[in-house]
Amino acid sequence: MIVTAHNAKVMNRFELTKRLVGQLTREEAVIGGIGNANFDLWASGQRAQNFYMLGSMGLAIPIALGVAIAQPHRHVVALEGDGSLLMQLGCLATVAERAPRNLTIVVWDNGIYQITGSQPTPGAATADIVAIARGAGIASSAWAHDESDFDRLVASALKDGGPTIIAVRIDNKPAVATTDRDPVQIRERFMRGLGVRNAAS
Amino acid sequence: MSAWHEIVLAALKANDVKLVVYVPDRVFTPLIKAIHADSYFMAFPATREEEALGIISGAWMGGLRGAVLMQTSGFATIPNALASLVVPSQIPALIFVSERGTLGEFNLGQALVCKTMRPVLDSLAVENITITRQDELAFIIDRSIKQAVATQAPVTFILSPLLTGGKVFEA
Repeated sequence: MIVTAHNAKVMNRFELTKRLVGQLTREEAVIGGIGNANFDLWASGQRAQNFYMLGSMGLAIPIALGVAIAQPHRHVVALEGDGSLLMQLGCLATVAERAPRNLTIVVWDNGIYQITGSQPTPGAATADIVAIARGAGIASSAWAHDESDFDRLVASALKDGGPTIIAVRIDNKPAVATTDRDPVQIRERFMRGLGVRNAAS
Repeated sequence: MSAWHEIVLAALKANDVKLVVYVPDRVFTPLIKAIHADSYFMAFPATREEEALGIISGAWMGGLRGAVLMQTSGFATIPNALASLVVPSQIPALIFVSERGTLGEFNLGQALVCKTMRPVLDSLAVENITITRQDELAFIIDRSIKQAVATQAPVTFILSPLLTGGKVFEA
């Protein structure tokens, strides 16, 4: 059965972020998109392989694609909001064409720009992120039906059979914490976490 | 003497720049073709210039050096990615811009957007070098890539029609 946005359970981003991070056992890289995706990733525990994006709205997936290309043996996860993805939909075509097996994209879809005052996103009631992703050529795209389905989709995606998109209907609760705001330290720690700092300098 | 695009390609190789992400430009076509034809490189198009910058930023953090290619009007779409990702994160993005909208350009849309490029780069204190002479090309690119990496700062190479020939207006 194809699970659509309309019958997927509305879940909580922080709870699911914790479930996702709990499945990471191979020092997988995680790119947190600007805003709440980022903040809840931070709140879930500050792994050295996490990159917290403080600006450049829409670029979590391109950044993750770059990491996935540079380190084909490391799995990379992008956490992105629906508003951010709508800003950079073309990146889905690029991901589909490059087809990195080690890339998973999680889209938190609450249909609002929660952090700027909860204004609805264009297409909140009409655009289907999974249908868009499939149309772009990412065949492995699905709505998470509930928490256990999310766990199953994540476990499957982490086996390097991607690229994979997991779309999740989430509630409108704000993130439970905020990140530090020092981009150089964030970038430097991430590079050390990826074990490339010496090679790259 | 080698063609300008052969010199650029050689400088990228000499500095371990393996990843090239681009949004196409007519003037850059010989460079894009040459990079695709050389198995040293991984080269592919992005749908938008800021997407390309995001990809090479991620690649840099993962230990792979990358460059982006674009034309002037594409540059006008990236100030946010520069100001909120590349510059504050100190990422040595290598940005090659085909300078359109000057020296015989025929499209007013190109001409006006060209005038925004250097003020944007200067306001962000991003190193930018306009290259007009083929005899200086290899030196400028080689040294500037090394400086970008050593100082963890982006650099923009603006390739003038004086170097590339530009796009000719056939009246």
